[in-house]
Amino acid sequence: MSIARFWRETPRRYNLGGSKCTNCGTVYFPPRPVCPACPRHRQSIEKMVPFQLTGKGEVISFTVVHDPAEGFEMQVPYVVALVKTDEGPILTGQVVDVDPGGVTIGLRVHGTFRKLREEGKAGVIHYGYKFAPDDPDDDRAARAAAAPVRADASSQDRATA
Amino acid sequence: MREVAVLGIGQTKFGELWDRSFREIGIEAGLQSLVDAKLSSADLGGLFLGNMASGSLLEQEHIAPLILDYAGLAGRHLPAVRVEGGGASGALALHQGYLAVASGHYDYVVVGGAEKLTDVPDQTASQIINSTADHEWEVVFGATLPALWALVARRHMHLHGTTREQLARVAVHAHEMGSKNPNAHYRNRITLAQVLGAGPVAEPLGVFDCAPSSDGAAAVVLGPLETARKHTDTPIRIAASQVACDTMALQHRAELTSVGATVAAADRAFRQARRTPADVHVAEIDDSYTITALVGLEDLGFVERGKAGPEFASGRFGPGGRTPINTSGGLKAQGRPFGAVGVAQVVELVRQLRGEAGERQVAGATLGLAQDLGGTGATSVVHLLERVN
Repeated sequence: MSIARFWRETPRRYNLGGSKCTNCGTVYFPPRPVCPACPRHRQSIEKMVPFQLTGKGEVISFTVVHDPAEGFEMQVPYVVALVKTDEGPILTGQVVDVDPGGVTIGLRVHGTFRKLREEGKAGVIHYGYKFAPDDPDDDRAARAAAAPVRADASSQDRATA
Repeated sequence: MREVAVLGIGQTKFGELWDRSFREIGIEAGLQSLVDAKLSSADLGGLFLGNMASGSLLEQEHIAPLILDYAGLAGRHLPAVRVEGGGASGALALHQGYLAVASGHYDYVVVGGAEKLTDVPDQTASQIINSTADHEWEVVFGATLPALWALVARRHMHLHGTTREQLARVAVHAHEMGSKNPNAHYRNRITLAQVLGAGPVAEPLGVFDCAPSSDGAAAVVLGPLETARKHTDTPIRIAASQVACDTMALQHRAELTSVGATVAAADRAFRQARRTPADVHVAEIDDSYTITALVGLEDLGFVERGKAGPEFASGRFGPGGRTPINTSGGLKAQGRPFGAVGVAQVVELVRQLRGEAGERQVAGATLGLAQDLGGTGATSVVHLLERVN
């Protein structure tokens, strides 16, 4: 993947920037130029505004992947889940910091900034969101839940699945 | 719009065809269909070719004229058009061919479907298959096409109590039917224990829940129903041809355990044909993954929502059941050469409706349904075919 192709999605992949239709109030991730929920789509044009997701939500389905997507070979087995965020949109992402056997439908999770994959030893490194369980007994999870999802050095240090 | 009939069929063997090139298999299926239709190439109006990924699989785009050329028809300067819609490419090509004849713009067309998946390593083929999902918002985050269907499966199990064993029965059935199909990629029977014991791909789906990567081609000749008797004693009318689309990503669907595009395409198709699911005698349904077929049975209206698991296990969709499905072996056993799938489904239905399906024959079948999906269901195509007496 070219650097530009990944870089241009940074606000979404790093910071969960979505959009909201000011005509009907529906929130979208990733952002959309037109609102599918408005009965007259044209009414939503120019009325979609940026909207920040908190990254908090609930697992509504999950799978443990053994035959990986490209670039995820070193992470198998890994969990991919559909997370319904508190703001409405459903996101597809990995669930990390938990044994695959510990993931259930209904598990509360929060977004966390991680390394997604790298294109070989000399290629581009892709960063973005994953999800981690909200475990009040887990200090690291609690710290991450308290802070907004953002790209910084400390999160890059722990950027593994 | 005039009535359209299938006048001829052709199909190569499906499987790992190491010794055969893309153009060889494409031409074999096409020429078979022309001979079967007793059609002179002088009467041919054009070619529609379903193909998903020749560019990434073969480093060859622009393949419709290539097939036309090697079929010996370049000198006649016929129009040749490639049609792409992920796994639904073949069925989409058929829809385009149907419209072309129905409109009166062309009288006779060949609709082909072809794919060559084994000229690249397995891992590369998997990545190309994953690209039928939303690359930017699903695959980049670690999802694969089987993983997305596994998410559907887990949700279906959670909401409706569908069991792992009920999923596995779809694959056992496919191999049972594949054992009776000389063109099938897999002709071995498998047991429930084998499916359940196979290595995991994306839990709860294992290796035997997933259709293979195959090479293969299929073709049909379409023409106006009014002159069909000149070509065949058993014209098969296309009673409905409908395409519907939905969101690219699974995460944006209104329902996670239903493919809205199939519901819409089926509803339009049954209305076009003035029939209901209960009228269908035989069906070819997308079973890319075992869960895909169960969701399909519900979306097409054959069973109540959530009930496909137990209904399938009851034998209702098996040989001798009320609506036998995937007598070809389906994508799981007959094989999954992406662009060829939708056309091959219709080839099998034509065999059934003509009464030429041999030991797979569904007695007295006169109405058949084919359903073909792209990705997790962003595209769904439904055809109804009827024997004309």
